Amino acid sequence: MKGKSKRSEISNVLPKLPTGIEGLDEITEGGLPAGRPVLVCGGAGCGKTLFAIQFLTKGVTEYNEPGVFMSFEETRKDLAQNVKSLGVDLEKLIRDKKLVVDHVRVERSEIEETGEYDLEGLFIRLNYAIDSIGAKRVVLDTIESLFGGIPNAAILRSEIRRLFFWLKEKGVTVIITGERGEQTFTRQGLEEYVSDCVIFLDFRVINQISTRRLRIVKYRGSTHGTNEYPFLIDENGISVLPITSLKLSHKLSKDIISTGLPSLDKLFYKNGIYKGSSTLISGTAGTAKSILASYFAAQSCARKEPTLYFSFEESPDQLVRNMKSVGINFESYLKSNLLQIHSARPSLQGLEMHLLVMHKLIREHKPHAVIVDPISSLLSVGSFSEVRDMLIRLIDLLKLSRINAFFTALTHEGNVEEKEVPVNAVSSLADVWINLDNEMQQNRRVRSLRVVKARGMGHETEAKRFSITNKGIIMEDVR
Amino acid sequence: MTKEKSEKFELRLYIAGQTPNSVAAIRNINKLCKEYLDGKYTIEVIDLLVTPQLAAGDQIVAIPTLVRKIPRPIRKIIGDLSNEEKVLVGLDIRTLEK
Repeated sequence: MKGKSKRSEISNVLPKLPTGIEGLDEITEGGLPAGRPVLVCGGAGCGKTLFAIQFLTKGVTEYNEPGVFMSFEETRKDLAQNVKSLGVDLEKLIRDKKLVVDHVRVERSEIEETGEYDLEGLFIRLNYAIDSIGAKRVVLDTIESLFGGIPNAAILRSEIRRLFFWLKEKGVTVIITGERGEQTFTRQGLEEYVSDCVIFLDFRVINQISTRRLRIVKYRGSTHGTNEYPFLIDENGISVLPITSLKLSHKLSKDIISTGLPSLDKLFYKNGIYKGSSTLISGTAGTAKSILASYFAAQSCARKEPTLYFSFEESPDQLVRNMKSVGINFESYLKSNLLQIHSARPSLQGLEMHLLVMHKLIREHKPHAVIVDPISSLLSVGSFSEVRDMLIRLIDLLKLSRINAFFTALTHEGNVEEKEVPVNAVSSLADVWINLDNEMQQNRRVRSLRVVKARGMGHETEAKRFSITNKGIIMEDVR
Repeated sequence: MTKEKSEKFELRLYIAGQTPNSVAAIRNINKLCKEYLDGKYTIEVIDLLVTPQLAAGDQIVAIPTLVRKIPRPIRKIIGDLSNEEKVLVGLDIRTLEK
């Protein structure tokens, strides 16, 4: 009995086909509905064709499922050229009989219409292409183009309906792309015919920064994330960043690591910070935030652990030179590739893009420590809630990967409330928070450092004075 | 135009099995050619159910499709070819006769 009920339960679950597109299979909880048509729509340049082609090429390379690309717009040559930049050799896949590209061109000017007809020719071509390589995945990009070529829209509509039905019978998983209409998801209302799964791609420019987003509008018979998910198109194609798939379930470490500055370590009762924790250094301009961050980076490298330094305000050369002046030497670590410094202007791209780039670099470099200096500069490209969302995601990612994280945040003198947004955004998420200060006292700037919080351990609460010399930070009156 | 006159018509009719549309198209084009292009044409009927691989070459989508290969440029007429007037215009035979 038990076995029986279990089986019926399984058969109720819609079988899914993993796309191989990074992040998408997480959002859809397994992929696209197997053996069904899926509509991928969006405005011009939103990445639909790329999405579709990646579905096919990943199918070949990762799941050994051959595919058919029926193109109603681009020629095979153009298509091959376009995906070359993603490292996909379309011609090779075609030679290896893993992929068929059929370019369907209907020229209105050379067609005259007289009497009854149907689109059986299209069915025959598709059927022939599918059978010739045993295709499991099919793309129709963009079938709506036929509306420009076939004079009789009524015939076309009923034939498209028949085509989708036929494809379902055929048991192939199909991506149909469609251009966004004014009131509808697609110009010709294709969403009427494709009832199982609709994915919407969006390309927006907000504050002169472009962001790509993906949303699953509909997925019959399946739960799925309903948010808008940012996605990135880079040399590896599309990767989607799931927002909500991260959970608060990372394992914690009891090991202690050094901050790189022994006199700072002493302020914590465990003589250092927890491994895999995140540390926030806040302070106004010129309070030595980057120097502390660099101590941390250098210490990580000294442990022979790969380290990634995101520098949003200084170029790598500048950072290396400046740190050398206080006795921190990055050169040998850079040479041995233990340390990687990435500099980018925050305004170069949207928040999600920054996050995705970080994501990618973290995946590639597999660092044990990541420094973001400063996170506050990201605020220039997004609102408070956006920045906070992004930072939560970043911190989650780092925690999941058990990476030691070190953030610096610039605060402003004077009006604290409004301007300390980055600190507010991170301070509650950070495990350790250290605030730096340089107060004016009798015509002299006095630098001081204070541990604001340290989760899971006791710490000194008093502000400690320190000075910066060419040998680095010298702490005063530490026990 | 004078050059076109001496040229033979090379036509291809794409069908898919013996459907009513396909059968009608074969009947209509044969009748029309005999009447207007006597001795100046060849016609090849291609059944795509037999040779599906030939569909892509001439960009066939609709069935039936009549393709005028020669004279150039290529012209396509889709449908069962029941409207004689339209077929003649489509094939550019009317202008030839003037």
